[in-house]
Amino acid sequence: MTDFSDAFAAAIGLVLGLDTSLTEIVGLSLRVSLTAVAIAAFIGLPVGAAIALFRFPGRFFFVVATNALMGMPPVVVGLIVYLLLSRAGPFGVFGLLFTPTAMIVAQVLLVTPIIAALTRQVIEDLWIEYEEQMRSLGAGPGRAVPALLWDGRFTLITAILAGFGRASAEVGAVMIVGGNIDHVTRVMTTSIALEVSKGNLALALGLGMILLVLSASINAAAYLIQHNTKRWHA
Amino acid sequence: MTAPLDDTSILPLELTDVSFAAGGNRLIKDVTLRFEPGLKTVMIGPNGAGKSLFLRLCHGLLQPTQGSIRWQQETGADRHQAMVFQRPVMLRRSVAANIDYALKLRQISRRDRGDIIDRVLHQTGLRRLADQPARVLSIGEQQKLALARAWALEPQVLFLDEPTASLDPAAIHSVEEIIAAIHDAGTRIIMTTHDLGQARRIADEVLFINRGRILEAAPADRFFNAPENDLAQAFLRGELLW
Repeated sequence: MTDFSDAFAAAIGLVLGLDTSLTEIVGLSLRVSLTAVAIAAFIGLPVGAAIALFRFPGRFFFVVATNALMGMPPVVVGLIVYLLLSRAGPFGVFGLLFTPTAMIVAQVLLVTPIIAALTRQVIEDLWIEYEEQMRSLGAGPGRAVPALLWDGRFTLITAILAGFGRASAEVGAVMIVGGNIDHVTRVMTTSIALEVSKGNLALALGLGMILLVLSASINAAAYLIQHNTKRWHA
Repeated sequence: MTAPLDDTSILPLELTDVSFAAGGNRLIKDVTLRFEPGLKTVMIGPNGAGKSLFLRLCHGLLQPTQGSIRWQQETGADRHQAMVFQRPVMLRRSVAANIDYALKLRQISRRDRGDIIDRVLHQTGLRRLADQPARVLSIGEQQKLALARAWALEPQVLFLDEPTASLDPAAIHSVEEIIAAIHDAGTRIIMTTHDLGQARRIADEVLFINRGRILEAAPADRFFNAPENDLAQAFLRGELLW
């Protein structure tokens, strides 16, 4: 138990002292995950809405595929991206392996299906309520997409948060494609794994606390925005 | 006022042997009718008679499984119609923005949209609510907004599906006033109701529908004073129809 309390005290010291290696790691983590979630939302929201509204051959396959891909293991995604980006792979010429960009690519692949699948569900439900009115006004599914995404915004925030939760918490994909290189691709989750294996529990615990606090504050902020604006819009 | 897209009237609307079936049940049966311009037609009949289905067929939200529904002017006919539903569906944005969205879909220029929104909000008594989120309005105000939104499109034909079904008497009164004003501005009214008093107040022409069949189509005076169909007589006496 003393181990734990020592580690805890040391962790608080690191956090409060704004330890440089700590801030660097936290900064990179946020940069990678937020960028990945932004890109995934940019792709996943319209794709999810399109799957919800359009009837096309193979739609069933898309629905099942996005749902299935929601649960894709990060290490598998990491491995796929690793193969694609490695020197011998199709995108090897870009030299992206073991860079933050590679980590972003991997997280985009992880998060996009989550956002797309949840968006599909939200938009499908909205369309049930809106369809007749929208078609009466002259908006078929295609023209209705932006309005539906906007009207579903409060619920879609939750979809994006789910994506962010996935991106910020996963370790497998960023470990494989980033390589956990100090000052280059080391993020919170990979350094926690590393520091634990080195026995450096203080830093690991400090990082763990920050990860929890960051995740909690982003969720709290989103909830508050959602709560207040939702009340305003009934 | 904005200029209509063109001056040709899409009316009359002609239904020939129209039937609609779903799940093996014929819900609308062999309707042949002609809607001339200018009047207010009110369709009455018991719940489940097919009133809402009938309006949806006319408005093009559903396709008949048999027969044909033809506007005199087919091209662009959908741009000259609007529909107000029993439960208004408002987007999660302000009152004015809801009307703006409908106008934008009809490619009305931004400059004209402002004037139109102002006018219809004024005409429907909603101007003070222009910046309120539409979804927090009372159901009566939302229905007035639905009318304002439809009116903004300056339709030649306005379909209304039991527009006052869940409103209190004051709201019913103002909705009826707005419907009359829209009609006076030159829009053909085709609506359903199961409120006989409302039908008497509004109708120039009555369609009586039961079990998917139009049993009587007559001028309002004649229908209410001397209905020919025995089921229509029973309906007017307030009896249950089987």
